[in-house]
Amino acid sequence: MKFSRQLMIALALLCCAGQPAHADEMLIVRSAQNFEDAMSTLQAAIKDQGYKVTKVQRVDVGLEAKGYKTDRYRVVFYGKPGEVEALAAQHPDLVPYLPLSVAIFAEEGNTILTTARPNLLKQFYPDPALKPVFERWEKDLEKIFDTVRETK
Amino acid sequence: MKLIRNVLVLLLSCAAPALAAPDGAKLFAQNCAACHGENGTGGIGVPLSLPSFQATVDDHYLVRTIRLGRPGRVMPAFTQFKDDEVAAIVQHLRSWYHGKIPHYDNKPVRGNAQHGAALFAKNCAACHGQQAEGGHGTGVTLSRPRDLPIMAPSLHNAGFLAAASDAMIKHTLVTGRDGTPMVAFSKKGLKDQDLNDIVAFLRSLEQKSPAPSATVLSTDAAILAMDSPYDLKTTIENVRKAVSSNNFVLIREQALNSGLVADDKEDQTQHIIYFCNFGLLNKALATDPRVGLFLPCRITVVERGGKVRMLAVNPKRLSRIFNNAELNEMCDQVTKMYTAIMEEASL
Repeated sequence: MKFSRQLMIALALLCCAGQPAHADEMLIVRSAQNFEDAMSTLQAAIKDQGYKVTKVQRVDVGLEAKGYKTDRYRVVFYGKPGEVEALAAQHPDLVPYLPLSVAIFAEEGNTILTTARPNLLKQFYPDPALKPVFERWEKDLEKIFDTVRETK
Repeated sequence: MKLIRNVLVLLLSCAAPALAAPDGAKLFAQNCAACHGENGTGGIGVPLSLPSFQATVDDHYLVRTIRLGRPGRVMPAFTQFKDDEVAAIVQHLRSWYHGKIPHYDNKPVRGNAQHGAALFAKNCAACHGQQAEGGHGTGVTLSRPRDLPIMAPSLHNAGFLAAASDAMIKHTLVTGRDGTPMVAFSKKGLKDQDLNDIVAFLRSLEQKSPAPSATVLSTDAAILAMDSPYDLKTTIENVRKAVSSNNFVLIREQALNSGLVADDKEDQTQHIIYFCNFGLLNKALATDPRVGLFLPCRITVVERGGKVRMLAVNPKRLSRIFNNAELNEMCDQVTKMYTAIMEEASL
């Protein structure tokens, strides 16, 4: 019985090993939606994954106020209530990377979203306790970006 | 019996996706479309569907480009793909093109590299740069007019030279690329041997050490941190003053958990100060629109166990994830500015 279970696990791992891994350290996705619609989709997708949008930084507004020409450019900050505080308390060095953020900007009729992959933080913070956190963020972020990419 | 049945079910469920051919369109949409456009019309990346581009590059060039990327020039190396996945992406790229796909041999083109250098300086450097470093700015959104379909490639880039055969480079010189500023040099009075000399010059660049346009900053520290000898309130005030004296403008301040909890529950012992140098921001966005993950500049002042500390991300460490050498100098500059602000605030 034990052997059969091990065999099943080994086979499952073998099958999963064929899935492509992501070697790059940045997530970037193009949405066919215009900026306003893509922004709405992004914020809804963030909420769907259990996060809260904490702030939208209007980079373009600041630049234009200073006389620079720019297209639409925002940074969306988000986090999970309770999690940000708990991580900051247990891992103070993580604070500069909290809350999480996504840059979103217009490219003609499309919109581009970009951010660093949360898995990148594993290199910065090798504490094993943080590994599952970064992996969960990575998974959630991929779902968020997939939603934005697939929403027409 | 039950074991055999379970194994068979598992094998069958795994076999379907494993045996299916990779979906090039899907892989392209997931990994390439963000920069190259959904239909390959370009953007941050090269317009891959441009007929004149497709007519001058062979599949070997496309495969090697996907595999090797362009060090320091945004295009990452997609080493995680299996060979059939890369082939599927190339096949998808070719679905946009119905002309004749070129095939080149690897035979070296013989020429006088010195004469080629002189010809390059006269005919190519205006677009490709004096050192063949390529055009500047990768941000199609902000750094160049959108009617320009392509930015002059970096011809001394190790990724380009490893991907392009001599024959491919020469063919591009002969035909040019319609729809881009790349003209046909055969029509500009250059003889066949002149073109060979330019190819020989470009190939000679392979022997030189990596150019600044292909360098990656290296540093281990993911954050910049400094202890403050002052209490929280004084340190925050000192950071504000230091921000201003280092030519930044204060944008806003908030508790780390602002927006996550009710206003009266915010933790004031973790205080973020956001600031900006708009001239530098404009320059950074023109160089690479992806820099948003740094934005806005910030230093967090944290009080813990009676000790006060200032913390910030280390832009120099993060610069490598952009694979954009043009950003290196700016990231280094911002790292120095953050450090200067923290030092000044703790004086």
